[in-house]
Amino acid sequence: MYTQALNADESQRDQTLPAPDAAKLARFQAVIDAEDKIEPNDWMPDAYRRTLQRQISQHAHSEIIGMQPEGNWLTRAPSLKRKATLLAKIQDEAGHGLYLYSAAETLGLSREAYCDQLLSGKAKYSSIFNYPTLTWADMGAIGWLVDGAAIMNQIPLCRCSYGPYARAMIRICKEESFHQRQGYEIMVTLAHGTPAQKAMAQDALDRFWWPVLMMFGPSDKDSMHSADSTKWKIKRFSNDELRQKFIDATIPQGRYLGLTFPDPDLTFNDATGHWEHGVIDWSEFKRVLAGDGPCNRQRLKARQTAEAEGAWVRDAARAYAAKRSQRQATSQVAAE
Amino acid sequence: MPRVIADADLFEFTLALADDALVLGHRLSEWSGRGPSLEEDIALSNLGLDLVGQARLFYTYAGELDGNGRDEDDLAYFRNADGYRNLLIVELEPGDFALTIVRQFLYAAFLHPYFAALCRSTDARLAAIAAKAVKEMAYHLRHSSEWLIRLGDGTPESHRRAVEALDLLWGYTGEMFEPTTAEQRVVAAGIAPDRTQIRQPWTTTVDAVLAEATLQRPAQRGMQSGGRHGRHTEGLDRMLAEMQVLARQHPGAKW
Ligand SMILES: [Fe+2]
Ligand SMILES: [Fe+2]
Repeated sequence: MYTQALNADESQRDQTLPAPDAAKLARFQAVIDAEDKIEPNDWMPDAYRRTLQRQISQHAHSEIIGMQPEGNWLTRAPSLKRKATLLAKIQDEAGHGLYLYSAAETLGLSREAYCDQLLSGKAKYSSIFNYPTLTWADMGAIGWLVDGAAIMNQIPLCRCSYGPYARAMIRICKEESFHQRQGYEIMVTLAHGTPAQKAMAQDALDRFWWPVLMMFGPSDKDSMHSADSTKWKIKRFSNDELRQKFIDATIPQGRYLGLTFPDPDLTFNDATGHWEHGVIDWSEFKRVLAGDGPCNRQRLKARQTAEAEGAWVRDAARAYAAKRSQRQATSQVAAE
Repeated sequence: MPRVIADADLFEFTLALADDALVLGHRLSEWSGRGPSLEEDIALSNLGLDLVGQARLFYTYAGELDGNGRDEDDLAYFRNADGYRNLLIVELEPGDFALTIVRQFLYAAFLHPYFAALCRSTDARLAAIAAKAVKEMAYHLRHSSEWLIRLGDGTPESHRRAVEALDLLWGYTGEMFEPTTAEQRVVAAGIAPDRTQIRQPWTTTVDAVLAEATLQRPAQRGMQSGGRHGRHTEGLDRMLAEMQVLARQHPGAKW
C-alpha cells in the first residue's frame, strides 16, 4: 500500500560533477521544473535513480507484506460478501505490488533483486504491517485508516517526476480509495451493530490509531529528508503536512461512527481550522522499524516460506518453457 | 411436459452445487499470500473469487426454495459438516501446489461441460447462474490444464508431485458422476443435466491433457464417496470450524 518516509535517505549527491554531466543535470532539472516526466531511458543522476529504486521497491514490498495482516482473517470472514470483498482486496494489493515492481524494474534492477532485498531483511516496508490483526474489526480499521493514510501519501505521487511511478500510482490510488470506502463501511456496520461489535470497532481504532499516524514518518523537525526529493518532485508535501491532512479528514469520520480516538489531547484549533494531536511515541516507531515490532519476524518468515515453497513450481515453469522452446527450434530445423 | 418438481428436491440439488463452490472457493482462498509467485497468487484468488461468487448465487436461490427465510450466510455459516452436501474432492486439504492444480483441473474438466448443459435448464434461475459460471469454468480449465502440463512436463520433482496428487485425487473423481436420488428426480424433470453423461467429455479432456503433461491416468480402483450424504473427510469439519467461528460467536449480528 504504502509509501512511508523511512528516514533512510541515501541520496547524497556527488559534490563535484564533470562538465558533461553538469549539462545533463541542468536539462534533467529543467524537465522536472517544467512538470514533465523523466522516463526510463532518459539520463538521470545516480542519486535520483537510487532514491526511486529504494522508494518504489519499499512501496512494492509494503503491498506484498500488507497482504498478510488481512489474509489473517480471510478464512474467518463473517459473511460471504465480506469474504469475497476481502479476497478481492488482498488480490488488489498483490496487483499493486506487481505494478510497482514493474515500475522499479525500469530503473535497472530486476524484481528478483528487489525481492531478495526484502527476503534477506535488508529492505524496509511500511511499519504498520508489523502489527497484528486481532479481530475482524481490524479489517475495517485497516481499510479505513491504513488505506486512507496510504491515499494521503500517494495522491501527490501521481504527479511524481518519474513517469512509470506516477502512472502506477494513478491506477493504484483509484483502488486504494475503493478499499478505504469498503473499510469505512465495515466500521459503520460494526459501530451500528451489537454492543460487542461496537466494542470491537473501538478496540481496533484504539490499537491502530497511533501506528497509522506513524505511517507518515518522523516529524519534520526530526526528519533527515534531503531537499533532493523535494527538488526532484518525488516528495511534494512534508511528513507533518500529510499527517495533518489525514487527521483533518479522518477525525470527523471517526466521530460520525460514535467512536473515540485514543488521544486525550486531540483538540480542534478554531484559529487554524485544524485538529491537533497529542505527542506521538516515536520510540515505538523506531522499535518497529528496527525490527522489534509485534510481528516483524513472522511477516518476513511467512514471505520467506512462501518463496521457498514455491521454488519447485517456478523451476518447473522455467524447465517446461525451456523444453518447449527447444522443441520448437528443433521442429523448425526439421521443417527447413 | 417436464414433471413438476418438489421444492425440497430442487433445494437439495441447488444446495449441493452451492456447497461444492464454497468449499473449493474457501480452499483456494487459503492460498492467498502463499502462492508460488505473485502472478499465481493473484490467479488462485481469481479462481476462489469466481467460486465464492457462484456459491452466493446458488445459496441465495436455495434459500428462496427452502422457504424458511434462510439467506446465503445462514446456509453457509450455520450448518455443520454433516449438513454440507459437497463432493469430497473439493474439501480435501489444499496440500501443495500440485494437489491444488490437479484438483482444479479434474473438477473444472467436469464442471465446465456440466454447467454448459445446465445453461439449458428449464429452471431460469439455474440456467442464468450456469451461463455466468460456465465462462468462469472455461478459464479454470484452461488455467489448470496449462499448469498441469508445466508440472507434468517440467522437472523430475514437479512430475513426481503431479503424479502423487493425481494418485490421491483420482479416487475422488467417481463421486462427480453419481447423482443422488433427489437429483435424479430433478434430472427427470428436465431441470438438471444428467451427470453420468458428463463422464465421456470429461474423460476426453482428462486424457488429452494428461498425455500432453506426460502423465498416466491412474489405474481403475475403488472410489470414495459420501459427501452428498453428509459423510465427509477429516478436513471439512476443521475447515468449517475456522470459516464459521466468528459468525457463530455473534449469532444474529449483521456484518
Ligand atoms: Fe495497495
Ligand atoms: Fe489497499
